[in-house]
Amino acid sequence: MTAAEKKKPVSLEVEDQIAARTFVGDAWNQFRKHKLGMIAIAVLAVIIGGVLVGPAIWTLDPTYIDIIAANQISSPEHPWGTDNLGRDTLARVLQGGRVSLMVGVSAMLVSICLGTVIGLLSGYFQRLDNPLMRMTDIFIALPQLPLLLVLMMLFREPLKAAFGVEGGVFILMVSVIGGLQWMPTARLVRGEVLTVKSREFITAATAVGAQDGRILGSHILPNVMSPVIVAATFSIASAIITESALSFLGLGFPPDFPTWGRLLFDGKDYLVITWTLVFWPGLLISLTVLSVNFIGDGLRDALDPRLRK
Amino acid sequence: MGKYLGRRLLTAIPTIMVISFIIFAVVDLSPTDPTGNLAESIPPKVLEGIRAALGVDEPFLVKYVKWLQQFFISEPLNLFEISFGVTLPGSEDRVRVMSWATRGPVMDIIAERLPQTMWVVGSAYVLGVLIAVPVGVFSAYRQYSIFDQVGTFLMMVGFSVPTFFTGLMFIIIFAVNLKWFPSLYDTTLVVTDIESLQLQLRQMAMPVTVLALFFTAQLSRYTRASTLDNLQQDYIRTARSKGLTERTVITRHAVRNSLIPVVTLIALGIPGVFSGALITEQIFSVNGIGQYLISAIENGDLPTVQTITFIFAVLVVLFNIVADALYGVLDPRVTYS
Repeated sequence: MTAAEKKKPVSLEVEDQIAARTFVGDAWNQFRKHKLGMIAIAVLAVIIGGVLVGPAIWTLDPTYIDIIAANQISSPEHPWGTDNLGRDTLARVLQGGRVSLMVGVSAMLVSICLGTVIGLLSGYFQRLDNPLMRMTDIFIALPQLPLLLVLMMLFREPLKAAFGVEGGVFILMVSVIGGLQWMPTARLVRGEVLTVKSREFITAATAVGAQDGRILGSHILPNVMSPVIVAATFSIASAIITESALSFLGLGFPPDFPTWGRLLFDGKDYLVITWTLVFWPGLLISLTVLSVNFIGDGLRDALDPRLRK
Repeated sequence: MGKYLGRRLLTAIPTIMVISFIIFAVVDLSPTDPTGNLAESIPPKVLEGIRAALGVDEPFLVKYVKWLQQFFISEPLNLFEISFGVTLPGSEDRVRVMSWATRGPVMDIIAERLPQTMWVVGSAYVLGVLIAVPVGVFSAYRQYSIFDQVGTFLMMVGFSVPTFFTGLMFIIIFAVNLKWFPSLYDTTLVVTDIESLQLQLRQMAMPVTVLALFFTAQLSRYTRASTLDNLQQDYIRTARSKGLTERTVITRHAVRNSLIPVVTLIALGIPGVFSGALITEQIFSVNGIGQYLISAIENGDLPTVQTITFIFAVLVVLFNIVADALYGVLDPRVTYS
């Protein structure tokens, strides 16, 4: 043993004895045990990567019309086939995926923020509880899909005028889907807040004179985040499905602006000639939603201490 | 219980009124013009007349109150007359909710379309429940077995893959390539003999399967979770330790209790059966309520959209109450005070 080694002091600090465990690291360790969740992350990473980087590698213009190459199922130049105008399906699917995923994530943010704020307020402030929950009940009873369709018809023109065709439909889609999906999150958060609120550390915070805003923001919110994260994951999946459903019914994005749902809608009239037109976008919607749902399942197991083995 | 139901129904009334107002207002704001699809050669004066006859340009509140009166007074009276075969005084002047597109009463068209929806969506729902419950229970009973792992994976797939994709894939495989089933649903088909019954079953096969898969996936996940919860309870151990056969333990003790939340979930799903599966009906051209609603939205037939959407909302509210009441009936631990 050298002198230098002898001199090195032995630390007795707890942090140095055990590798520091953080909330995220802990959850990740749990999540890794969920095999399907890990596969789902890989699949989703491939899809997101493909959609983001893909157009740079697969450089065919998705809008380029090539009538001679029309209606192909698969060929060396067009591995995923072409539509009735000879536009390349792979390029269109890659471009469409960006929009579909963007809509999913943005609509999730809208619905989760709305739901969390309403849930926090109604769980914490007793005066607000009844009116806010009544409102939630009413929103739950509203028939979703018909109302979505009507709202899409209603605001499409004014928003198109204000933000351009694509921007207008995007804003409309995100706010309408987000605005009709926050109710489960609000109920969930409210329930969690009600239990957290009666715990001692909240009483302690009140006793040292913390304001309502501070208690809500730094004491209650972090404690209700786990279920919110899980709800957020599932909410991306349902937003992607809703967007595709609206586009599939012809009330979503305009024809030249391919999202996965829109591509299905356009392709369904050519089922007999080129089945690939509906197969690829449909497969990608399904794979994305499936992976997101599996990740949600894994997250739920990882974040809920009661489910831990 | 009766008191509880009465109170719930009473509190539902304001909710329903608020919903009716929201739906009416949102739909009424819609910029569609019912005369927009008419030929351009029609002189503006005539168009004006048509609009006046439809009552398009009346003030919002007037339209709303008129619609309320038509929906809550005229229609029930009319239903009463039809079901008892009597004519009440003033029956001639009664104004019913009229469609702008067909100029006929909306309720008559709904009554015409309902059987199609009930046949397809209703049978898919029943089929879904019949498959989901045993699958979910067995999957939970043999947790982590091959059956459970494959089962839960398939449930997740069925739950994630949208019906418009499975529907189109079914058409490509079974209608276009194999030619087993027709891809379009023929509503004019009347079942009179064995042959037409076969035709009816064949054309129902694809839409029913697509929907049943979806319903099964949803319900069996839930059944599995609920059964798992119950299998870990003390009373199951007690039942086993007092020497009951495994079959009795499962069917008499575990399943009965696990099905309580499942039954309420089934009740909550029933409004969805009436509203028809908008998308599935659209894919297979089933001439049901869902398709009627979509065509009404496309044609700007506002009274139809308002009426159908509102009926859906009422069904949702009602079946929520039914689900809560069922819970109380099935689970003696739940008391309503």
